Amino acid sequence: MKKTSVLSIAIALSMSASAQAAEELRLLTWGGYAPQNVIDLFEKETGIEVKVTNSNNEEMISKLRATRGSGFDLAQPSQDRVLGAQKDHKIYKPLDLSKIDRAQFIPSMLSATEGQSTLKGEVYAVPHVWGSSGLVVNRADAADIKDYTDLCNAAYEGKVSYRLKRPTLIGFAYAMGEDPFAAYSDEDKYQQIMDKVGQKLMDCKDNVKTYWSGGDALLNLMRSGETVAAMAWDAGGWKLNQENADITFVAPASGALGWIDTFVLPRKTKNEEAAYKWINFVMQPDIAAMITDSAGNFTASKGSDEYVDATLKSQYQASFSAADIDNIKWYPPVPAGLEKIEGKILDRVNAY
Amino acid sequence: MSTISRSRSPIKLGMWLLLAPLCLWLLLLIILPHLELLTYSLSAPDEGGFTFEFYGEFFGESLYWRTFLRTAVMSILATILTLLIGFPVAFFIAKMIKGRSKGILFAMCLIPFWVSELVRTFGWMILLRESGVISTALQWLGFIDSGVELLYTDATIMLGLVYSAMLFMVVPLVSTLDSLDDSYIEAGYDLGGNNWNILREIVIPHAMPGIVSGCIIVFMLSLGNYLTPVLLGGKDSLWFTEQIYTQFITRFNWEQGSAFGILLLILSSLIVWLGLKVTGQSFTKTMG
Repeated sequence: MKKTSVLSIAIALSMSASAQAAEELRLLTWGGYAPQNVIDLFEKETGIEVKVTNSNNEEMISKLRATRGSGFDLAQPSQDRVLGAQKDHKIYKPLDLSKIDRAQFIPSMLSATEGQSTLKGEVYAVPHVWGSSGLVVNRADAADIKDYTDLCNAAYEGKVSYRLKRPTLIGFAYAMGEDPFAAYSDEDKYQQIMDKVGQKLMDCKDNVKTYWSGGDALLNLMRSGETVAAMAWDAGGWKLNQENADITFVAPASGALGWIDTFVLPRKTKNEEAAYKWINFVMQPDIAAMITDSAGNFTASKGSDEYVDATLKSQYQASFSAADIDNIKWYPPVPAGLEKIEGKILDRVNAY
Repeated sequence: MSTISRSRSPIKLGMWLLLAPLCLWLLLLIILPHLELLTYSLSAPDEGGFTFEFYGEFFGESLYWRTFLRTAVMSILATILTLLIGFPVAFFIAKMIKGRSKGILFAMCLIPFWVSELVRTFGWMILLRESGVISTALQWLGFIDSGVELLYTDATIMLGLVYSAMLFMVVPLVSTLDSLDDSYIEAGYDLGGNNWNILREIVIPHAMPGIVSGCIIVFMLSLGNYLTPVLLGGKDSLWFTEQIYTQFITRFNWEQGSAFGILLLILSSLIVWLGLKVTGQSFTKTMG
């Protein structure tokens, strides 16, 4: 263990050196959640420099796990990835809720996120941006795609795309009439559902042009017409809709999958104060609207709808009827062990 | 006595100082991480303690060893292809032309490597995709009616691998071929040899160290490549490095990823060793 101590001293030295230069906030977040105009405003108001690292759920957790929770002051994993990661790797620090201006949040979302991220009486996360994943469809070429399983229609051979990640498994499971979230607590049942979904995805492989991994890769596939339908995030669909009116986001018949990206403190955050300042700053309605414009998704900030661009609002209303919103399946926290089951299924589908 | 030891110690100190960067580099960046990898791969995450479970998983689940086999076979194929294409190129640069044009040709081999591998791979994607340059050109010329997808196949992966490894074959070959005295080749012709005899009896034996070291580098680069198979291979990209990445990053299964990493190291070293044995070469002779 001697090497660990040498390493941590070296890291600590390099960090204290950089901390002395200017007060800074090291933010681990998603692309679009910290646009430059918001960073500039924050810097003007507080004098704190914001260093942004764009990432995704798995990378965020892996990064924090590798450094045992240091290297960043504020992170934004999705709500379902807070508790499991905390139980397994202890990478987060409980929030001091008295330092957060709770009046700025939509109350129902705040209490839902807090409820799902409470461990031993301590709250670890508050909500920031929320959205859904479902289908992005080119209505000129594939108007009859209404649900995830329709992607496997023989008519669309080589013309669709999705990710080889857990949302695809969950989405297909719902479309096949199963309820995977209800089976979260029953490992055997979950394994059964996943085996079934894995078989379906293997049969469906001829339809897939390629499994997309980055958001931009997907946008290019849809934009160029190389694929006519894909499983993707709502914001991506609305972005394409601005360029080509035929393409838009469709809430699947079996229900869109809803996610909430949160604010959490890494266990060894160096600048907790700045992290709270950032949370309170970006939850102001007008600032939150700027983030909505950049990320394409709505936030948990109360009253920010008024400031949001009218196009985005109408796109949202076109994709989601009131019934569709009620039908959104929100991700519950992932219990330990399930991801191993999913991982093996995904490997098999990839190798098939 | 004391004067001698005093005059000696600065030399020793100097030598150690010069050695220090190498030793530190070896220790901190090569040995320690591999030891850590080994420890991870052998420890049970929940109970703690010692386990071979993760190595068993590799041999037990056909998916994983098949992926490794596929990666190894494709890398060997890529190495052979690179050698077949690279040898004439290197021979041409080293023997057929002289002076300035030699430098220019050599630089032309180098220029693609001034941009990163990622950019080069994206370049291939722009050329080969269904709405890309080649497909559009073929449609315009009337050879095909609708767009043709050239990406996402094993052939595309092979193309990318050969392209990105070519330089590492050409450089060692040019330098060994350069050192071959032209008079040997002339003597070969004088003694009545034809092109094939001379290639087999004079050129290839002389170039053997270059061929072997080029092949080792290209094989290792292909086997350890991540970007090219993932980006160009699409849904059929199944590369062992991708499995390692997935285990570490998306599955949080560091133990399994470490076991795969160690297996990649051992198995690829074994393949190189076998290759040297089969062709009757020795590692020290090649590197020396």
